[in-house]
Amino acid sequence: MSFISVTDLAVSRGGLPVLEGLTFAVKAGEILVLRGPNGAGKTTLLRTLAGLQPPFAGAVTSDPDAVAYAAHADGLKATLTVTENLSFWSGVYGGGDIAPALKHFNLEALRDRPAGNLSAGQKRRLGLARLMVTQRPIWVLDEPTVSLDKASVAIFAEAVKEHVAKGGAAIIATHIDLGFEETVFDVTPFKARHDVVRNDFDTSFDDFEDDKDGAFL
Amino acid sequence: MIRLFWRDITLAFRSGGGFGLGLGFFLILVTLVPFGVGPDSAQLQIIAPGILWVGALLACLLSLDRMFALDYEDGSLDLLLTAPIPLEGVVAVKALAHWITTGLPLVIAAPALGFLLHLDMAAYKWLIITLLVGTPALSFIGAFGAALTVSLKRGGLLMSLLVLPLYIPTLIFGAEVVRRGAEGFLVGTPLALQAGITAGAIALLPFAAAAALRVAAR
Repeated sequence: MSFISVTDLAVSRGGLPVLEGLTFAVKAGEILVLRGPNGAGKTTLLRTLAGLQPPFAGAVTSDPDAVAYAAHADGLKATLTVTENLSFWSGVYGGGDIAPALKHFNLEALRDRPAGNLSAGQKRRLGLARLMVTQRPIWVLDEPTVSLDKASVAIFAEAVKEHVAKGGAAIIATHIDLGFEETVFDVTPFKARHDVVRNDFDTSFDDFEDDKDGAFL
Repeated sequence: MIRLFWRDITLAFRSGGGFGLGLGFFLILVTLVPFGVGPDSAQLQIIAPGILWVGALLACLLSLDRMFALDYEDGSLDLLLTAPIPLEGVVAVKALAHWITTGLPLVIAAPALGFLLHLDMAAYKWLIITLLVGTPALSFIGAFGAALTVSLKRGGLLMSLLVLPLYIPTLIFGAEVVRRGAEGFLVGTPLALQAGITAGAIALLPFAAAAALRVAAR
């Protein structure tokens, strides 16, 4: 049984479709890595999977309470300490223990520091530690390694591996190689085509646009 | 939910949290009025209910735009949307926290400021009661306005334009109760209408605000 499955999904940003015809499924123990150039629609796809926006077409089948989402912004409050930030999210998600998460992401020494005084990489680590306290099976991660150093990336990769080994799953948009046994899913071929005039409105104009594509790129 | 409530209260009291912003504004406004109007106590006594209510309303408005905008900017709102708590509850809890950090201090400070404006002795009771009954409506209506404008940077002007017309009934009935109380008339009707507005706002607007936030997240 798959945790999350997507059939003929199209996602839109600002009312315009950016990706279409997506079909894939993620099972327990799997890691799906999304690749594609900037602006390809990875974030939009992940937001749709997390249930933050409705699909433009097609369907996402998953338990909405199974997804833990982590975006570019970490959702930290600058005036709360590391522990306060983390225990707030732990409380919201039903009270998981925060100590293992602090330990894993090497935040124990910083626990009483206000989050506003952390460096960008430390904030990121705290944002990722939040995933561990949510106790949700599917991690949907948008560029999780931004501003992490090499050691922290390894820590993060270890956390994902542990999570997956315990029967979780992860969908990650990233540009770097994290060293998983992963399924790579390139979103580029699913780019929604705005240049195609639908309903055969003007075929010759269509052809002209198609020919020119290469020249512009 | 309780966690969220305490987080919002804690944030309000930490540096840059906005607690005291409304209260400070209220104090300044009401203290300045006698300087502007003149020290004639009879004149001040007439305008006191109106000034106190307008002051409370503007003080409330001042801190509204922070209610969801800060969570939107740092990404917390997206995370709250995917969290296992209903968004309507999130809105209600945040509006309640706003009332406790903004509305309640106004209720407590109002009698002292009523003294500055020579408010009639008989009216103090009604001033406190109407503020207590009316200011929750200001927070909940404000939550709706703040939710509608959450995705706009510096959406304060638009939010004020949306929210102020909705505040007017609460203002009219609130000031009317205090004025009638000062003159010894019956206050039942305006007070009941004001309480009705508050009850309606608390019951309905969290749903409207949650819908607005879901649209903003797209």
